[in-house]
Amino acid sequence: MKLSGTRQLSARPADVWVKLNDVDTLRRCIPGCETLDKVGDNDLKATAALKIGPMAVRFTGDVTLSDLDPPRSYRINGKGSAGPAGMASGGATVKLEAKDDGTLLSYDVDANVGGKIAQLGQRLIDATAGQMAEKFFTAFAAEFPAEAEGQSPMAQPAATPSAGIPAAVWWGAGALLLAIVVYLLAR
Amino acid sequence: MTTGTGIGASIKRREDFRFLKGLGRYTDDMTMPNMTYCVFVRSPVAHAKLGKIDLTAASKSPGVVAIFTATDLEAVGGVPCGWLVTDRHNKPMIEPKHPILAAGKVRHVGDPACAVIAETYAQARDAAEKVSIDYQELAAVVDMKKAMLGGAAVHDEAPNNLCFDWELGDKAAADAAFAKAAHICKIDLINNRLVPNAMEPRAAIGAYDLATEEHTLVTTSQNPHVIRLLMGAFVLGIPEHKLRVLSPDVGGGFGSKIFHYAEEALVTWGAKKIGRPIKWVAERSESFLSDAHGRDHVTHAEMAFDKDGMALGLKVDTLANLGAYLSTFAPSVPTWLHGTLMAGQYMTPAIHVNVKAMFTNTVPVDAYRGAGRPEATYVLERLMSKAAAEMGMDQAELRRRNFIRKFPYQTPVAVVYDTGDYDAHLDKALALADYKGFEARRAAAKARGKLRGIGVSAYIEACGIAPSSLVGALGARAGLYEAATVRVNPTGSVAVMTGSHSHGQGHDTTFAQVVADKLGIGIEMVDIVHGDTAKVPFGMGTYGSRSLAVGGTAIVEALNKVIDKGRRIAAHLLEASEADIVFENGAYQVKGTDRKKTFGEIALTAYVPHKYPIDKIEPGLEETAFYDPKNFTFPSGTYICEIEIDPATGETQIIKFTAADDFGNIVNPMIVEGQVHGGLAQGIGQALLENAVYDDNGQLKSGSYMDYCMPRADDLPSFDITTTNTPCTHNPLGVKGCGEAGAIGSPPAVINAICDALRDYGVMHMDMPATPEKIWRALQVAMPKAAE
Repeated sequence: MKLSGTRQLSARPADVWVKLNDVDTLRRCIPGCETLDKVGDNDLKATAALKIGPMAVRFTGDVTLSDLDPPRSYRINGKGSAGPAGMASGGATVKLEAKDDGTLLSYDVDANVGGKIAQLGQRLIDATAGQMAEKFFTAFAAEFPAEAEGQSPMAQPAATPSAGIPAAVWWGAGALLLAIVVYLLAR
Repeated sequence: MTTGTGIGASIKRREDFRFLKGLGRYTDDMTMPNMTYCVFVRSPVAHAKLGKIDLTAASKSPGVVAIFTATDLEAVGGVPCGWLVTDRHNKPMIEPKHPILAAGKVRHVGDPACAVIAETYAQARDAAEKVSIDYQELAAVVDMKKAMLGGAAVHDEAPNNLCFDWELGDKAAADAAFAKAAHICKIDLINNRLVPNAMEPRAAIGAYDLATEEHTLVTTSQNPHVIRLLMGAFVLGIPEHKLRVLSPDVGGGFGSKIFHYAEEALVTWGAKKIGRPIKWVAERSESFLSDAHGRDHVTHAEMAFDKDGMALGLKVDTLANLGAYLSTFAPSVPTWLHGTLMAGQYMTPAIHVNVKAMFTNTVPVDAYRGAGRPEATYVLERLMSKAAAEMGMDQAELRRRNFIRKFPYQTPVAVVYDTGDYDAHLDKALALADYKGFEARRAAAKARGKLRGIGVSAYIEACGIAPSSLVGALGARAGLYEAATVRVNPTGSVAVMTGSHSHGQGHDTTFAQVVADKLGIGIEMVDIVHGDTAKVPFGMGTYGSRSLAVGGTAIVEALNKVIDKGRRIAAHLLEASEADIVFENGAYQVKGTDRKKTFGEIALTAYVPHKYPIDKIEPGLEETAFYDPKNFTFPSGTYICEIEIDPATGETQIIKFTAADDFGNIVNPMIVEGQVHGGLAQGIGQALLENAVYDDNGQLKSGSYMDYCMPRADDLPSFDITTTNTPCTHNPLGVKGCGEAGAIGSPPAVINAICDALRDYGVMHMDMPATPEKIWRALQVAMPKAAE
């Protein structure tokens, strides 16, 4: 399946970047996320419990970030297994751009599901994915209090680059999370 | 003669009492002492190299008895294919091994990689979930046109996924005919893939008796002797006398239970291995992924006509999907059961059919109600109606003009029709459907804002499968005769052991009617025994609408032997010459006298031979016959479908469906009507609702009843059914077969009606299933044009 969309966030890209790179934030925002751990510079492991129609499944997924171009874009790829319920794999391209004093986040996801999830859940997958994306972004948007808006101009390059590789990783983590969300949804 | 319970009587089905009361005995109803349960771990991906299979956690799971993988089965043969097709370059088809459990690679979603056996079903399931398999995914081959281009290959032996490239007919003659054509009708169509969906899922129990060294397999098969032969000889190396196969009550097959499946072999083999019986019952989800599917053709066809609408030639190019492995009769379906039907009811002098059969990473495809004949009929009958529309002719009249009227008729596609009268059922159907009054009904519908259409389909089918020498020459690895034993008991009751198998067809009733009629005894005196290789001498089973024409004839031949022996006994008792004894109404009588002996008296004498010509005739009254048919039988018919489309929603409603069939003589009209009803429901299901859809990765998207739409009562009208009769010329009952006709003739009738309704909108073809969405979309494109 394919899913794409945009979200306007009330924070500058640099701040969004930081939040997206914060594992705790992401863990809070990803629907059903139980664990999210960094296992390498650009690699994360995640588990999430999801309900797809009649199926309650727990995914364990590995997420890898690539094409990191902080703070503009990256690619996140993942593969998750839900044991006997099947598996999912996919990727997402996430882009951030400054817009209207905030950030426009856009994502393009493609995901494939297999096994029982594909056999039984086909018609539910798009809807589930849509709902999960909605939940994630609603939660993620809530991480940026409205009063914070406008305080930090988007040009605060020091904050992000200073993180160096870790920043990318966090970014990646965010992406991963997104990706995970996306694929979980996609599944 | 429609009296009592004999031939021609619409008596109620005797077997329905036990089915309706829940007293049927199906495979899953059976338990054996010390029985274990098997669950298969099936591939969730369509195409992958099998990496490590980790059984550590699963083996420790409670109740696990054994877990088998391909490495345990190295000494065991693969699932054999029963038909060898030789292609147009005189090359044999590519026949890759089909292992019992996936070895090295998995090739479709549902391909079993591992069998988990435990004390209970639940424990087997739990353990199966703990099996960890490293699937190293490969690109999946799904689309047949892409499959031919190479790249990913399902089997290394077939790098471009082509199993065979087959042809039938005279291409040069067809080309020459097209050169003379006044009109050429072209069509591109898809015959949608179907999931068989028998009400009872497949099931099997394997057992082994150490004392007698005897294997037993209880299985949901349409042909237990064929399973014994295929599995015994080719897979497990068990001689027939040490292998008993039972198929008890079976809840529907539609072809999907003809084939030998890996699960049957696994439980039979495993039972000896673990020394305990093993039961496996498919879940419905498993059935979707492991029962052989049906149809799945992509076809381009062209038909040439002269200025008067006489068919000159037909050219058909088809891609046929075989799925990931060759199922038992898969190669015969798109070839000899398909190409040979392309003449239909018409005198088309030049026909050429080319079929390229492809491997893909999908569930294997094999015979499904009609098997090849629905595909052929759909191509031909869509062409006829489309051509009529293009030439501005009436679709019924175009057909009539081209009818074959001289029999026997040698078609340009190998078969010889023995008899038929196509005008008779066309006339009857047109009258019953009030074809003449249709335009008025169309106008009335239009006034109500509805689009009304009428579709004609004139089908022929070749059934009563089949003369052994003929099918042998065409590649069958078996003979297709049938066997029967008639055992007359001392007190005159009769047990008939038949190699045909009833899984919904009503044999218990129909066959008993034939026996009661021939022996002049009450039907309650007759028992029909089937489905057990230990009881029935031999048999090739039930498929291809062959049970009455072939199996019934074997019974008649055995009955004739019984009657002849009885005559010799009667001649002795009545002190008359055999030539003077007639057998009528259940008694042997000396011609022109009132001296007679009843059949019961003769039976008793045969078993209590006190006064008996013991030096000339052995005691007892039991005879066996094997019957090999002389030709296929050729039922034919005309179906007329009348529909209304709601342009606002695209929904099609079938207003009226008329079926006029020539099945030859009929033993039980009510059962025949039931068979036609079932066939029509399946054919209409294919035309409007059913579709097995794979995504690009080989995942079955319509893998449950949430997404695979089966026909229900409210999708169907009350059918108008009638019959005509030209008796089959080459079997003693004059019967032809009725099981598949409905599914063969109805899809083109429905689609022709839809296309007729949409004609003003420029819609000349609509692929099946013609869902409301498809029709609505077609109307959205067409409506602006129509409004111009």
